[in-house]
Amino acid sequence: MFLFGLKRLLQGVVTVWFIATATFFAMHNVPGDPLLNERAGSEAIKANLESKYGLDQPLSTQYFIYLRNLSRGDFGISFTQENREVNDIIREHFPVSAILGILAIVFAATGGVLFGALTALYRNRLPDYIIMILVILGISVPSFVIAAMSQLMLVGINNMAGSTILPVAGWGTILHMLVPALVLGLGTMAYLTRLMRSSMLEIIGSDYIRTARSKGVPPSRIFAKHQLRNAILPVVTVLGPSIAAITTGGFVVELVFAIPGLGRYFVQAVQQLDYTVIMGTTVFYGAFLVFMVILVDILYGFIDPRVRLEK
Amino acid sequence: MTNLTSTDFEPICHAQEIQGISRPSLSYWRDAWIRLKANKRAISSLFLVIGLLLFTIVGPVIWNVDPALQDLDQVGQPPGGGRLAVIVNEYEPWDGESEAKGSGLRLAENATTMAVRLNWDNLSGAIGYRIYRNIFPVGPERAYGIPLAEYFDNSVLYFEDRLDLKPRRYYYSVVPIDATGVLLDGYQTISVDVLRVTTLGEVESQGLSAANINLIIGDSVNLAPHPLGTDYLGRDMLARLMAGARVSLFIGIGAPCLFILFGIVYGSIAGFLGGRIDQIMMRFADFVVALPFLLFMILFKIAFGIGPGESGIFPMLVALVILMWPATARLVRGQILQIREQGYIGASRLLGAKTNYLILRHMLPNTLGVVLVTITFAIPGAIFIEAFLSFIGMGVAPPTPSWGSMSNEGIKNMLTSPHELILPAILISVTVLAFNLLGDGLRDALDARLRNQE
Repeated sequence: MFLFGLKRLLQGVVTVWFIATATFFAMHNVPGDPLLNERAGSEAIKANLESKYGLDQPLSTQYFIYLRNLSRGDFGISFTQENREVNDIIREHFPVSAILGILAIVFAATGGVLFGALTALYRNRLPDYIIMILVILGISVPSFVIAAMSQLMLVGINNMAGSTILPVAGWGTILHMLVPALVLGLGTMAYLTRLMRSSMLEIIGSDYIRTARSKGVPPSRIFAKHQLRNAILPVVTVLGPSIAAITTGGFVVELVFAIPGLGRYFVQAVQQLDYTVIMGTTVFYGAFLVFMVILVDILYGFIDPRVRLEK
Repeated sequence: MTNLTSTDFEPICHAQEIQGISRPSLSYWRDAWIRLKANKRAISSLFLVIGLLLFTIVGPVIWNVDPALQDLDQVGQPPGGGRLAVIVNEYEPWDGESEAKGSGLRLAENATTMAVRLNWDNLSGAIGYRIYRNIFPVGPERAYGIPLAEYFDNSVLYFEDRLDLKPRRYYYSVVPIDATGVLLDGYQTISVDVLRVTTLGEVESQGLSAANINLIIGDSVNLAPHPLGTDYLGRDMLARLMAGARVSLFIGIGAPCLFILFGIVYGSIAGFLGGRIDQIMMRFADFVVALPFLLFMILFKIAFGIGPGESGIFPMLVALVILMWPATARLVRGQILQIREQGYIGASRLLGAKTNYLILRHMLPNTLGVVLVTITFAIPGAIFIEAFLSFIGMGVAPPTPSWGSMSNEGIKNMLTSPHELILPAILISVTVLAFNLLGDGLRDALDARLRNQE
């Protein structure tokens, strides 16, 4: 188990290096000279940047300077905001995105597991149909439309109540987080519901469920102990990639709900061509996602003994 | 016992074939088609997809309107037709003189979409005036609306509003202010019904009337029809939706076809060669999978750069192909590895089949089913990504319409003209839904193992 974890970690480091390299060369190909840009600011900033990144040196040297800085955890200084390090920007805005993402994952996972189990239990009956129609909607309607619609709904609810029950946009309290997190988690929830349903259906027909029933185990216990616990495994497998989908999906939700997260900051940086912020955020996000997937892999080993034995 | 001779025997002849196939044999594809036809959801979504393609390809021929043409008489109009406009004289500047008599805040002449002209009397204690416009009546909370003008001169007693006038009811207020600009009590308000007007020049330049009819001032004409309304710049929504469909579906169908083709080539090479080369090739694919997808889409888009006048469709296509091929490559490789060990491949090789023949005749056709299913599921994915990127302003560059960029523009005017957001959103949703259901149906029809799982 320990060896497996170590091996995955090593793979992760190599992957992050690949991401960093791809980012470096993609950004190097951006047309135009960042230092000729009027946004780059004063002569002092230019001189500092030149010396710091060795921009007068050949490409290979620049690449090694870049890697050396990265390995020290130094993402550089913003091109558009004097005296602001990319690290500060990440430290300030990433927690917001992370909280939103965690809340969305919690919504998606609990909702997906519950609804999926319900549809399987009530197969081809009314609850199944209603939930499956909602699932199809959740998969087909783009998140920005759902975000906009839910904002309109919030305005309506607040108008009817005469006071602000749930804020329409912004950030700060738990009330600000609820609706954006729900919207963010909706697509994943729909996907997990489908997955849970098919895995549950497979298990409902299996022999050990029949055995349990025939020896008189109460249905609620069968449901909780035998069906749910076994059916949940495939859901755990896709949680890793789901985290990736949710963190990147955060862009739109942060934009629509005016949440000061890293996603919104990244979009801003791209619009202003803030090179260091773009590169730093990309590498940071990439590394974060890679290690989240590894974490889920290792956790999966604890949950499912079959995986542990295989390794 | 008698001796038997050969003449005592006669061969049994079969009057009929005992073992035979009573039904014609079905090929894989015919079987799949029969299954697909039985699936009502899949067939209706197939018709939906055909309808969408017709909308995109044949639509612009039938509804031949330039999607970039601005109709400034009808800006932000909701769906519907039969809008009339009264022809009036060309606009002439106004110096505040008016023949209209009355007291308080009043209209100097009939309010039209060209101009609303207001007069008022001097209010006691006023150092100047501020003029507001609202679409709701001014209530006790004194919601005056948008400030339009401010005069620090109490002898100015007229105002002309020409700002984005729509044929509807407005509430104008004039509020006295003191020397520092602070609002005083004693405002006056008036409700104004604005009439939609146009000029002879406009009628002529837009070709709104038949050539043989002589129109005079005071006649009304039918404005250019916009069945799905217009957007915030007065562009025809239907024409823009069609043009947007071309962009969205081009990326949505073109990119999956390209990256799946690349994935097939890559995957089949890796799968067939096997061993060390396979290891290296698949490890590289793993790296590409690990790239944070959306961030790199945006990164590549910046790296390619969009010059002035370019739409940015091509960079997006390339970025999609670069980032999305590994999934297909993995899938095809897995299939090839599986098929390679099958008995019929060995038999074929025994009969002297060459490698090329094996790949082209046996392996690729047998992966085709899986690939087809992948394509149908990749299409809604690509459409989503295009819409997503265009929505955050990283996709197709304006003025090229795409459903995503139209939604992005629509969300800004969501409260006043919701159709600008709802129409493209419905089209995206319907397209994604149709391809998803079709993909489900195809998977059920083509892949025997996955059948009956749901």
